Amino acid sequence: MADALLTIDNIVKRFGDNTILDGISFSVKKSEVIVIVGPSGCGKSTLLRCINALEPIQDGKITLDGEVIERNSKTLPLLRQRIGMVFQSYDLFPHLTVLDNILLAPCKVQKRDKEEVKQEAMSLLERVGLKEKAKSYPRELSGGQKQRVAIVRALCMHPEILLFDEVTAALDPEMVREVLDVMLDLAKQGRTMLIVTHEMQFARAIADRIIFLDNGKIVEEATPDEFFDNPKTERAKQFLNTFEFDSVRAKKELAE
Amino acid sequence: MDLNAIAEYLPLFGEAALLTVKLGILGIIFSIIIGLICAVVQYYKVPVIRRIVSVYIEISRNTPLLVQLFFIYYGLPKVGIPTDAETCGIAGLAFLGGSYMAEAFRSGLESVDKIQTESAYSLGMNKMQTMRYVILPQAISVSIPAFVANVIFLMKETSVFSAISLLDLMFMAKDLMGMYNDTVEALCLLVGFYLIILLPISIVGTIVERRVRRAGFGS
Ligand SMILES: Nc1ncnc2c1ncn2[C@@H]1O[C@H](COP(=O)(O)OP(=O)(O)OP(=O)(O)O)[C@@H](O)[C@H]1O
Ligand SMILES: [Mg+2]
Repeated sequence: MADALLTIDNIVKRFGDNTILDGISFSVKKSEVIVIVGPSGCGKSTLLRCINALEPIQDGKITLDGEVIERNSKTLPLLRQRIGMVFQSYDLFPHLTVLDNILLAPCKVQKRDKEEVKQEAMSLLERVGLKEKAKSYPRELSGGQKQRVAIVRALCMHPEILLFDEVTAALDPEMVREVLDVMLDLAKQGRTMLIVTHEMQFARAIADRIIFLDNGKIVEEATPDEFFDNPKTERAKQFLNTFEFDSVRAKKELAE
Repeated sequence: MDLNAIAEYLPLFGEAALLTVKLGILGIIFSIIIGLICAVVQYYKVPVIRRIVSVYIEISRNTPLLVQLFFIYYGLPKVGIPTDAETCGIAGLAFLGGSYMAEAFRSGLESVDKIQTESAYSLGMNKMQTMRYVILPQAISVSIPAFVANVIFLMKETSVFSAISLLDLMFMAKDLMGMYNDTVEALCLLVGFYLIILLPISIVGTIVERRVRRAGFGS
């Protein structure tokens, strides 16, 4: 694909003898939102971690706008600045205030003007409803608030693509929505995103394309409507079934 | 007790105390530098250098300061490296303290969650920036209690400096006890001066520790 921003080309990832990703290929175009789903342990987190080279890959190639992402290369920090990542576990820096968490990398790494970044940070914080928390420490925030700050921190680096790894999985149910809303907003702005999530309704609402991963391979790649309404493979059907609940009451009535 | 004798010895002890403090502080500063370097080397598991560091730490921790001082003071000139007593005192203290500080900092570094490094990396920070802005500040606050204990320990260890004829507090006390018969006065001054040096460190240390614990990061 000529206009692909991120290209994953036949990558293989092993932990010892255990092959986790076994020849994965796909690409992400600018402004595209791709959601990766799959059973627990199928390697979704590993895939995202390979993309910004937190994990080494054993074969294949990952490129961002034509530049190869390689561990131990001199340009890796530069490439990583162009890829924003938000993790499942809260990863804010506990010794810094919310604002300093956001300012650290733009000021120290990109050497941008502090005042300018501060203005941007404050307006983004306002946008996610956390302006008044700028001077708080991460320990003073709820899980949902922390994740919104983590998203703002990533955005302030002006990344070309955002990776989200189950950013709501560790949250209490009532906080999930506030984080997902921020992500929906980003999609509306035309941000390029690669999202791993177990929230199927959210996946359907936000995705341009769904990638279903199982046993180290891409089993299905389809539009959300196709994937959720007419999954082509048996495995995808089984997977989607795990999110359905049969009415217990109906069964009880039958038994009577 | 002879107050006149105390008044007479006071300036001598004051001078000796200054020397003790000066050598102690310099030795501790170098201990901190050595300790930080060793801890970072061990944290990153730098090949080869890491082995050298662990050999150093074992030697440093398992030999008495007095023996280390003798090595530096009497040994180095034998292989052609000239030494003066003050430099030896500082070097000896730094040799001993470096390993203690290294252990304190290392446990601090290891207490910082791996995700901190990963999120710093994914923000585009390099190793140096990650260490400086993300890991070290968190590690140091964890190390503070061990650090304070080490500072007090090292200050106390300065009492063996008299063995390489440094005119420190211990030397002064021994000297006066030998020359005159004012043992009680000399001992009182010795204890008094050590307390004057160490109590403030201890008190400041406790305050800092409490402050850090109250700030207690944790999520
Ligand atoms: N550092 C590691 N060393 C060895 N094996 C690992 C390591 N990290 C992950 N794995 C294994 O790789 C597989 C994929 O893990 P991964 O975390 O990518 O799964 P996942 O799809 O994100 O699962 P979940 O939905 O539960 O988050 C798992 O079987 C896991 O045990
Ligand atoms: Mg995962």
